[in-house]
Amino acid sequence: MFITILQTISVYAIPFIILVFVGVGLAKKVNVYEVFTDGAKEGFTTAVRIIPYLVAMLVAIGVFRASGAMDILTSAISPLTSKIGMPGEVVPMAMMRPLSGGGAQGVMSDLITTYGPESIIGRMASVMMGSTETTLYVLAVYFGSVAIKRQRHALTVGLIADLAGLIAAVVVVRVFFGF
Amino acid sequence: MINFIWAGLLIVGILVGAVTGNIDAVTNAAIDNAKTGVDLALGLIGVMTLWLGLMKIAEEAGLVQGLAKMLRPLMVKLFPDVPADHPAMGAIIMNMAANMLGLGNAATPLGLKAMKELQTLADDKETATDAMVTFLAINTSSVTLVPASTIAILAAAGATNPTEIIGPTLVATTVSTVVAVIAAKTFQKLPKYRLDNNTNK
Repeated sequence: MFITILQTISVYAIPFIILVFVGVGLAKKVNVYEVFTDGAKEGFTTAVRIIPYLVAMLVAIGVFRASGAMDILTSAISPLTSKIGMPGEVVPMAMMRPLSGGGAQGVMSDLITTYGPESIIGRMASVMMGSTETTLYVLAVYFGSVAIKRQRHALTVGLIADLAGLIAAVVVVRVFFGF
Repeated sequence: MINFIWAGLLIVGILVGAVTGNIDAVTNAAIDNAKTGVDLALGLIGVMTLWLGLMKIAEEAGLVQGLAKMLRPLMVKLFPDVPADHPAMGAIIMNMAANMLGLGNAATPLGLKAMKELQTLADDKETATDAMVTFLAINTSSVTLVPASTIAILAAAGATNPTEIIGPTLVATTVSTVVAVIAAKTFQKLPKYRLDNNTNK
């Protein structure tokens, strides 16, 4: 029930928001067309401005993955992660999640089809997918868009949050599904 | 730190690629991902333009300010350096709402707008403010209510009840968000990260 409501909201959200914005704007005598085009002008420059940051980050992550370094790192730390109850098969997912959203989704799909959607591995990967975001990508794009050079504690905090999310995923799946 | 992570990924990647004989794959990955970066950014232009236009209407109509007013007690606690009526508050709320609903396409333009508004409050335009880091901490820890694509993948793989993943995901993502906010608030006071030690003013 709750889920149906949430999913209905997701489907209707964008048309509804547009309707409310434009409707209320008209009612408040805003020149909606002119104001829209005025605000929208920045769309192109903002998108183009993030290109250098996006390319820098994606190239570094791509090189690291393609070289096989990712696999080596994964097998190096899996003895450690098994101590906190994370099966070795899930480690690539945990490593990939902060780096690349598309990459993590690929790993998750692979784990779900290989081990089954109701296996501990499949479930842990699914929860990990939603428990954190692609920290490096978000920081690159968001700071890049306003040309921030000194990010201070942003990366440290983002990675700590990722770690917390991954550990939480392990614990929560074990508790919820009784593995 | 970002310099070391970035250089580390590249240097380790290239050295490992040379040793394991994956050097061709490394070259291809570098070139392909450069193209992907541009494709992603160009793909953003449409939604970016749409949402920045809509946000401007919402601002002029007083809608964003109204939303910000409702959430004022929470927002003022999270972002004490941002005036409660500042447009940044509205943009942050809109970005979080879009993330919660899983509307990634709308979330990015709204988030970038929030960053731009937060920058207007900064004395030094090249250094992240406490508010920016707190905002990104919440953002990168994910606040998704419905992990729609994960549910779709689980369903496609034959899960009998794919939506049962929502509850555990919600718990895990709440943990990561709470940790993120606490970490952001704690680290901003450390000498190494403090704003007055990280500015060229």
